[in-house]
Amino acid sequence: MNAIILSAIWGVVMMLGGVFIKNKLVPKYLAVTGLVVIFVAHLNELISKKSLFSINVHNMIRIDNFNLTFIAIVLACTLIYFLLSASDIEKVGPHVSEYFALIFFVLCGISLAATFNTLLLLFIGIEIISIPLYILTGSDKRNLKSNEAALKYFLMGAFSTGIMLMGIAFIYGGTPNASFFIDNLQLGLGKMPVMIAIGLVFLLISLSFKVSAAPFHFWTPDVYDGAPTVFTSFMSTIVKVGGFFAFIRLFQNAFGLIHDQWQLLIVFITIATLLIGNITAVFQQSVKRMLAYSSIAQAGFMLLALFALNDKAKEGILLYAAAYSLATIGFFAILIKMEDYTIDGFNGLAKEQPMVAFAATVFLLSLTGVPLTAGFQSKFFMLMAAVENGKQFWIVIVAVLFAAISAYYYFRIIQAMYFKEATNVIFQSNKPSGFFKLILLMTMFLIIIIGIYPEIIIGWMYR
Amino acid sequence: MDIQVYIALSLTLFTIGIVGVLVRRNAIIIFMCVELMLNAVNLLLVAFSKMHAASPAVKALPTYASDAQIFVFFIMVVAAAEVSVGLAIIVMMYRNIHSVDVNFLNRLKN
Repeated sequence: MNAIILSAIWGVVMMLGGVFIKNKLVPKYLAVTGLVVIFVAHLNELISKKSLFSINVHNMIRIDNFNLTFIAIVLACTLIYFLLSASDIEKVGPHVSEYFALIFFVLCGISLAATFNTLLLLFIGIEIISIPLYILTGSDKRNLKSNEAALKYFLMGAFSTGIMLMGIAFIYGGTPNASFFIDNLQLGLGKMPVMIAIGLVFLLISLSFKVSAAPFHFWTPDVYDGAPTVFTSFMSTIVKVGGFFAFIRLFQNAFGLIHDQWQLLIVFITIATLLIGNITAVFQQSVKRMLAYSSIAQAGFMLLALFALNDKAKEGILLYAAAYSLATIGFFAILIKMEDYTIDGFNGLAKEQPMVAFAATVFLLSLTGVPLTAGFQSKFFMLMAAVENGKQFWIVIVAVLFAAISAYYYFRIIQAMYFKEATNVIFQSNKPSGFFKLILLMTMFLIIIIGIYPEIIIGWMYR
Repeated sequence: MDIQVYIALSLTLFTIGIVGVLVRRNAIIIFMCVELMLNAVNLLLVAFSKMHAASPAVKALPTYASDAQIFVFFIMVVAAAEVSVGLAIIVMMYRNIHSVDVNFLNRLKN
């Protein structure tokens, strides 16, 4: 509750602050302060189970340890994102304060989409996430690529919203007790009614659009490539895991009882996502576009949680959210500062900036899933969940094979950094500062600590 | 009238919307087709609300199946917010390339 209300309030504060504050440096500090306040208030709620606000939400919001932990992860990742990249957000355009305000609104939407208990709040939460993102994507107004990405994202997003609403309408029509509450759909264990089945398929399609799962992923590379790189970093990590969390919560709470009737659909989507993401990423020359495809590939792994839908999957999605967000945010933070976004741009980074190159290596190893990193633990939990599920065992083998393929394109960057000579200038205008390196180091240690003791995240779920 | 008639009508409108989004090349017309999809959903929700209200089990509920009609208002509000952002994006694109044809949008492919 704290996170939802405070982030919405802080978004408004930032927006109004933009009118009065003319100094371009102030919004950054204002945003970081606000986020720290929200984070502390949220941790307080997580520990004491009491919100600062007592509002009767008529059971439309359900708060438990699972989603409180998830929101805490999202807020922590956003804080690291601000600390690493806030100075790059300032460079996107003149409306610095508004960019931060939109990010706070997105955080409000994610908290709402993580705690919803009715389809109405699912819809509103997803929309509060999406609409600010259309603006952030198009924030580089003179750049044609940014325009194109914004328009494409907007049209695809609005289209998938339409499909989601149709699904919601059919589910409403299909339940005998005329309710939008997801735990009150009265689905028996038998065959689903036709209207519920239609609604489920519509919802599955639209949420696959939102989390860019194949075959509905085609907008992702273009949008991630065209958006300003700082916002790509935010979109492909925090927003994506937020969408996933809503996806999993919806399907667990509303359709968990009839899991075996739609499980095969998820198998198909998972395999397609892993295949398309990994294979296409191999052929990319631009690192930014490669990361877009890699985010599709990682989405394939996160879909395993939806496939398994047991306790291990819940732990897995929390770990995956943390591991994937931290590693990708860290790597993007380095990429933003670079001149050349192709793989050759990384040539000789280890000689010029050994610390930065080492951190980048850890991030890439974590994305691949090498032991001792958070990425390994998260992939391990996902695969374990899929094994415990007991059906369709072969999907585990397929997932491991694709994880091996992903090593190729991640290691190509490590190879460029360590074993190739620099051909041109790596950092021209914005060299990494001492503070930046410190935060990068902290992120790196966080990844390693989570990789050794995953309990520090999972433990919050069982308090 | 029968609920099937409403379902058929709103599915028809919805399909027209989907086909429009996939076939038309003018950004504004695509946008109108998306709005058509949303309004088809509005119609369906109101029809379902009426359908549920006729059943005796729902008559006992305090909401009396009116929550779908409230949902429609939320859809209208969100659609309005989407219009404001979407038209701004289309205007921004028009300023740069003096066209709203989505076929221009192929710079990112290569």
